[in-house]
Amino acid sequence: MKNDPSLLDILRQQGVSRRGFLKFCAATASLMALPPGMAPVIAKALEQARRPSVIWLSFQECTGCTESLTRSHAPTLEGLIFDAISLDYHHTLQAASGTAAEEARKTAMEENRGKYLLVVDGSIPTGNAGYSTIAGISNLDMLKEVAAGAAAIIAVGTCAAFGGLPHASPNPTGAVAVSDIITDKPIVNVSGCPPIPVVITGVLAHFLTFGSLPELDHLGRPMAFYGNNIHDRCYRRPFYERGQFAESFDDEGAKKGWCLYKLGCKGPVTYNACATTKWNNGTSFPIESGHGCLGCSEPNFWDMGGFYNALSEPSKGTGNALGWGVAAGAALGAASGLMARREKDHASRSHQQVTVDDLKREESP
Amino acid sequence: MNIEAVLQWIRGPGLSLSLGIFIFGILLKLLEIFLLGRRKNLAAVRSSGVAAGFRTIFSRSLPPEGNILRRPPFVFIFGYAFHIGLFVVILFLAPHIQVAQSLLGLSWPSLPTPVVDVFAVIALIALMALLWYRLTSPLMKYLTTAQDYLVWALTFIPLLSGYMAYHHLLLPYTWLLAIHIASVELLLVLFPFTKLTHAFTLFISRWYTGMMAGQKGVQS
Repeated sequence: MKNDPSLLDILRQQGVSRRGFLKFCAATASLMALPPGMAPVIAKALEQARRPSVIWLSFQECTGCTESLTRSHAPTLEGLIFDAISLDYHHTLQAASGTAAEEARKTAMEENRGKYLLVVDGSIPTGNAGYSTIAGISNLDMLKEVAAGAAAIIAVGTCAAFGGLPHASPNPTGAVAVSDIITDKPIVNVSGCPPIPVVITGVLAHFLTFGSLPELDHLGRPMAFYGNNIHDRCYRRPFYERGQFAESFDDEGAKKGWCLYKLGCKGPVTYNACATTKWNNGTSFPIESGHGCLGCSEPNFWDMGGFYNALSEPSKGTGNALGWGVAAGAALGAASGLMARREKDHASRSHQQVTVDDLKREESP
Repeated sequence: MNIEAVLQWIRGPGLSLSLGIFIFGILLKLLEIFLLGRRKNLAAVRSSGVAAGFRTIFSRSLPPEGNILRRPPFVFIFGYAFHIGLFVVILFLAPHIQVAQSLLGLSWPSLPTPVVDVFAVIALIALMALLWYRLTSPLMKYLTTAQDYLVWALTFIPLLSGYMAYHHLLLPYTWLLAIHIASVELLLVLFPFTKLTHAFTLFISRWYTGMMAGQKGVQS
């Protein structure tokens, strides 16, 4: 570690100017909602930062998170920052395999005990241990072993953060999130399917600068990125307010770019930075491409009542309960009504006429 | 259990359950009323009374004899303000229409949200004014039972939580949406078993009163 070049040295080698580096620091500071004065602090910290050891564990996942973070934007600063950490174990990206790969993990763990960052993508099966193993070690055992020596854990992607797709009903593998198993380490949930690349670099920059994790929301996600919902930041919001909605994906409203609420957009309950940071180097985000938000950064988004049902719609068929309601209401109502009728008939039958004589008799002592 | 899972339950099984209870209760109450029957009218009728029945449904909505002062104007004005506000909010907010479409298959145009917002504020202010009147007027205090406060709250909370959800007041939208739908479900569950059934019985009883008066040839 001692001989490792600093982050700035690496960036210089890769042809990034100091100006470009400072711009990145300023952008990161503003993204993280830090005061502008923090930009030089971030720059200084990052300049001096030695590459922290990062162990990346992939469990029940699709590699989409790794794709998102490494592939789509190779020459950007975010990509370089990502290269500039010491990624000691990542079985998709590392060259080594088999025993050599596991040795690399063990070495990194021993040399940096208590200091390394653990990044997890994918959920952990709690059912049969054989559902997902790496080098013959079950995901559950490996997570516990590596987490024990980690400074902090970053759960990348909705699977690691909340269980994601493997956790979706009926959850055959008993998949759970990292936070369901590890409770004694700081965990940052960088949710999304996949998450936005800049979010993980932002969290890393924050960790390198302050030695701590950023402010988190109630689901353990960095407030700076998950503080606003998609609906509030959506450029199509004015159409929602005016009541102009696309009714199908190919109608006039869809062509005019109207609000996708009725087509099942989950923007109002989805907290993420897509609408502001956007994807593919700031090109666009799903709603801009004409499809509603799926709510991928929220827990249980696969079971959120159907991707194409509007948020206010019932999420399950109401037919049964309504049928029972009608049947029981009709039956009991009829029974109750007929009983009342019988009582009334009975009362009128047993009604006794009162004569003037009766009343006079009562008056007499 | 997090709020997302709670919202899921509220939008799914919770909604089914409350709608089922609502329909059960309303049918129960209406059948009880209809099956009770009426004593046979032995007198010769002046007219069928059908037209008079419908006339009464309408005329009882107007100020009596064109003079608003014959009823407490406070109740009359705020009562109307509340009901109109409530109906606009329920019937013309796009997400509400979406519920109707998914449950009944019916759909109609929505109003812009700022317009609906104004009606929501009108309804909220009117409800608060009516509560104030109920708390201060000696006559109203005498007539008021605990159930009156219950139905006031059952109506007020969905309106308030919906308004707060739209404006992101106090809590995150997801929480407020869950509270909003849950409060509507509570309203649905208690609706058939409280004074709120007036929504169904009001026009039936007006029509019946008008019809009886019409058959006797008197004004109702």
